[in-house]
Amino acid sequence: MDALLSRFRNLMVLAIVLALQLLLLAYQVKSGQDMRLIRVWAVTAITPAARVIEWARGGTTGFFSDYFFLLDVRDENRRMKSEVGRLKLENQFLHTELSTADRARALEAFQTRSPSKTIPARIIGNGTGSNSKVVFIDRGSSSGIERGMAVITPDGIVGKIIQSFPTAAQVLLVTDPTFAAGVISQKNKVHGTLKGQGGPACLVDYVQNEQKVDPEEWFYTSGDDRVFPKGLPVGQATVVRTGKTHKEIYLVPSGLQGGFEEVLVVLEAVHQPIPDPKQADPTLHMTAPPPVDPATAQGPVPTLSTDADRLLDRYKKIGEVENHQYGGGGLGVKPPDFNIDPYKVATPPATPPPAKPVEPAPPR
Amino acid sequence: MTEYSGPLLTEGSRKSRISKLRPWVVVLAPLLAILFQVYVPRLFAFLAYLELPLLVTIYFALIRRSPISGLLFGSVVGLLQDSLSHQPLGMFGIVKTLVGYFAGSVSLRFDVENVFVRFILSFFFYFFHQFFYWVLARALLGQMIDFSPEGTFVLGLLNAVVAVPLFLILDKLKITE
Repeated sequence: MDALLSRFRNLMVLAIVLALQLLLLAYQVKSGQDMRLIRVWAVTAITPAARVIEWARGGTTGFFSDYFFLLDVRDENRRMKSEVGRLKLENQFLHTELSTADRARALEAFQTRSPSKTIPARIIGNGTGSNSKVVFIDRGSSSGIERGMAVITPDGIVGKIIQSFPTAAQVLLVTDPTFAAGVISQKNKVHGTLKGQGGPACLVDYVQNEQKVDPEEWFYTSGDDRVFPKGLPVGQATVVRTGKTHKEIYLVPSGLQGGFEEVLVVLEAVHQPIPDPKQADPTLHMTAPPPVDPATAQGPVPTLSTDADRLLDRYKKIGEVENHQYGGGGLGVKPPDFNIDPYKVATPPATPPPAKPVEPAPPR
Repeated sequence: MTEYSGPLLTEGSRKSRISKLRPWVVVLAPLLAILFQVYVPRLFAFLAYLELPLLVTIYFALIRRSPISGLLFGSVVGLLQDSLSHQPLGMFGIVKTLVGYFAGSVSLRFDVENVFVRFILSFFFYFFHQFFYWVLARALLGQMIDFSPEGTFVLGLLNAVVAVPLFLILDKLKITE
């Protein structure tokens, strides 16, 4: 027995360790619990170090880049970035001015103007695993952050809190394959479910093939998921095509475009209306329409796009030329001559031709 | 005879001296590897594909030449990694336990001081790690995640290229018995 044990000692230890971890895994999957204590220990051990490194890196790089390298260019770049951020916010919320100087202040401005109660947070690390779509933020349960809260930026939604620790919280990004959120299209008001795909694009699922969604149509949160308040921008459809059972709609989340370092966590969500399509595109600045020229101001010019449109227009003109009211005549009323060319008759030349009938030309 | 032309599977390698790391290195190396994985990809996204905790596990198992030490070290590193992911605890733990066990087992047969052997083993165990994680995610969690053999092959090579100098650096910190 001893010989057997010593011979298979390695395999037995392996089997025991694997069995213990499988039991741990099975318990979590079955009970839905996640053994919080060990996660708290790990996060508490790792995130302060990440925070210190981030602080040191920011300070060092900021010092060197501000005082040694490209002083003017960096200042100019910062000014331009803040200007772009300010214009985006203006367009989205139809406010006239935002006196923001940098991204942090833009977040503050968004925070004050947003009806939802939010708290700013900074990204301090990624989740483990090469294909991880999880990030850590530097705010946790001590700041009032709870599991299930929405994480956003002025550009759109970013993700949701899946774990809250005392000093940090874990955010599941919208691009994670396990992420889902209720969305609604801006123009056609089509409801769907946003699903992460593991890549940069997300899928809007459960939209029937019969429903109409325009390419480049914006999607907003619908509020159906009870995580994101209604009316937050999600992204613009990049691909819209008919699928086997549902439409295949892909979009790139607007909240993740161009990277993000600061985010807002929604503590108390307030639903907002979906913006009007004419005003909704936060990236497009539209100038006022040109003034109407009285000389050319006429009624709208009908565009005849189909044969049916052209035939209808022809019959209307014939009715006008023949003084015939369609549907108004009774028995014995002479029907209009549909063989005449109403366009020639309706637009006579400026000088009327002589009454003398035109004789046909003699045959050659 | 050069380092590369020497026998890779020799009687001498079985009798090679067992090495171990200094205690503070055993604690600090996996923590730094995980911290690297958590923090550095935020600044350099392409470094997200570097599996430093796996490389540290492989190195520890190879130099200890003990399957039990390897699997215990792998399970601890894996569980620590699980704690910082959004998956249930045990996914990385099981995979790294197996990596530690097999790395410890092959170290009894190969000359693990050889650079070429280290390169090949690092590549093999990276591929094994990614593939087995994919199998577990599908089988135990029902997650339909993608697995690209070609992409994993390339990333395995990149990780193996990083493993060689990393192992040389860690060699400076070990104590040979």
